[in-house]
Amino acid sequence: MCGRTPESPCINNALMKARITITPKKSILDPQGEAVKQAIHHLDMPCVQEVRVGKYIELDIDGSDLAKTQEKLETICRDLLSNPVVEDYRLDLQA
Amino acid sequence: MKVGILQFPGSNCDQDMFHVCSQVMGLQTTYLWHKNTSLESADLIILPGGFSYGDYLRCGAIARFSPIMRSVIDHAKDGGLVLGVCNGFQILCESGLLPGALVRNQNLKFICKPISVKVCNTNSPATLLAKTDSVLTIPIAHGEGNYQADDSTLADLETGGQVVLRYCDASGTTSSISNPNGSRNNIAGICSAMGNVVGMMPHPERCSESALGCSDGLVVFESYLECFSKSAALA
Repeated sequence: MCGRTPESPCINNALMKARITITPKKSILDPQGEAVKQAIHHLDMPCVQEVRVGKYIELDIDGSDLAKTQEKLETICRDLLSNPVVEDYRLDLQA
Repeated sequence: MKVGILQFPGSNCDQDMFHVCSQVMGLQTTYLWHKNTSLESADLIILPGGFSYGDYLRCGAIARFSPIMRSVIDHAKDGGLVLGVCNGFQILCESGLLPGALVRNQNLKFICKPISVKVCNTNSPATLLAKTDSVLTIPIAHGEGNYQADDSTLADLETGGQVVLRYCDASGTTSSISNPNGSRNNIAGICSAMGNVVGMMPHPERCSESALGCSDGLVVFESYLECFSKSAALA
């Protein structure tokens, strides 16, 4: 899929970048976000209505098959990188 | 009854658990390394507390993919006994053996103290010998013990009698005041629909000997032995 295994290094040097953003679901109270919101309010910005603290993950991927990589990454986002019970993820894959 | 205690990199309650099972309970007990796949014919599999894989990504998220977990999932699906305590509970939720998830404590603090929990279900293998609505004092020690599940999952847990332990005050009253971490419905421990998989945030292995000042946790281990003996007698 990505033209590279630990045994066979990348041949074509093509590179894709995946940017994955994980945020707590709207329905789940995000205590970190609440604490950060309070701090922002103390910094004289009371107009901030909501803060949600999540994670940002960047992957550099050998290969150029966007469709296949996207499909595989969706599974990895769902099974490993996020927990669908309490988190949402957004995957942005670019060549 | 043979007990198998899983060891992941970062597990740190494995030895306490081993001590209680082998020395206090006198059970045949073995460690099961996460890279192995054999459960060595253990009847009760215990996932101990700790910080498996440094809690990277999310608590329990990486441990869930350890080779041994495939065997644990098979064991659970065959009706085998599985107990997860603290980080073990988090791993069981991540692996889908128990519903819901454990997220950051509402007050963002790591809480380490003895706490009162009410026994809500005495059919679970972990509470078979406890009295319904009795109050146990068992220590908690976690930063991510805030039990969350969507409304329908929560309703299923409640109607199915799957809530095993709830945080309460010394008199057994459950309220937001006696809820240390923001868990929905004060949930401290649950079991699977079949009842054979149990997860709890309190650490019974830390209070199973009077020398430690409290032995309320011992009933959990005695219940497992009773449950196993009963099912063995039926087989």
